Amino acid sequence: MSIWQYANPAKFMATTRKLTRWLGILAVVTLAVGLIWGFFLTPDDYRQGSTVKIIYLHVPSALLAINGWMTMLVASLIWLVRRHHVSALVAKATAPVGATMTIIALFTGAVWGQPMWGTWWAWDPRLTSFLILFLFYLGYMALWAAIEDPDTAADLTSVLCLVGSVFAVLSRYAVLFWNQGLHQGASLSMDAEENVSDVFYLPLLTAMAGFVLLFVALVLLRTRTEIRARRLHALRLRERMAA
Amino acid sequence: MPDLGKYAVEVLSAYAGGLALLALIGGQSLLRARRVARQLRQAEGRRDG
Repeated sequence: MSIWQYANPAKFMATTRKLTRWLGILAVVTLAVGLIWGFFLTPDDYRQGSTVKIIYLHVPSALLAINGWMTMLVASLIWLVRRHHVSALVAKATAPVGATMTIIALFTGAVWGQPMWGTWWAWDPRLTSFLILFLFYLGYMALWAAIEDPDTAADLTSVLCLVGSVFAVLSRYAVLFWNQGLHQGASLSMDAEENVSDVFYLPLLTAMAGFVLLFVALVLLRTRTEIRARRLHALRLRERMAA
Repeated sequence: MPDLGKYAVEVLSAYAGGLALLALIGGQSLLRARRVARQLRQAEGRRDG
């Protein structure tokens, strides 16, 4: 039993058929619990007031904006090294989901920043690296759309993904590299210091679990669609040649 | 509905925008999945006669 058996499209489709549906249902339930808990059942922060409730959307989406690109990086490296088509399609399928997470993080951050910092936007290291990451997502999707040959598209987008990974890493660690920005340090970290009070922490963890489940379900669903689309393309080409 | 005080507009717009974007990517993914699956079934049906 090897993980590479899932590089076989038939095996991947068979394995993910029921899994995708159940993950989707679990994601919606977990996300609803986390967001309802956070929005309705947590108190205001003593300094930030009710704007603290934006954390349940902002932190999970920012987490997945970065990890979406990291998923694409791993899938792209597998494509470049082992030439498994499913991995290239996983990277392609992840991009729109990751881009959506990035725009949610940017939007909720701007709406949160306005009352707290007095500005919608600042050329802060973390904000700027997130904006560049979003532009990389757009460029990555545009490159897939622009190249007709799927293997060439997978090769070139994989190289772009490697380059963009610098900004994904910067987005994560920008607040540690530079101290002059407006953005605070990490809300959640492995250090012993409590950065977020328990009353906000548990619903935040639940919302994060919901976002992660939704992300995985959407990536699986979109990868299944990409595999079918490629099969459809091959059948249509065969029809045209036979006509 | 909790009392959101003077930041009600910011909090509600963050939730409305965030949830709308999630619904958009979820809905688009589902619709495209169904459309491609249907087109593939039709193409396989034509191939098998």
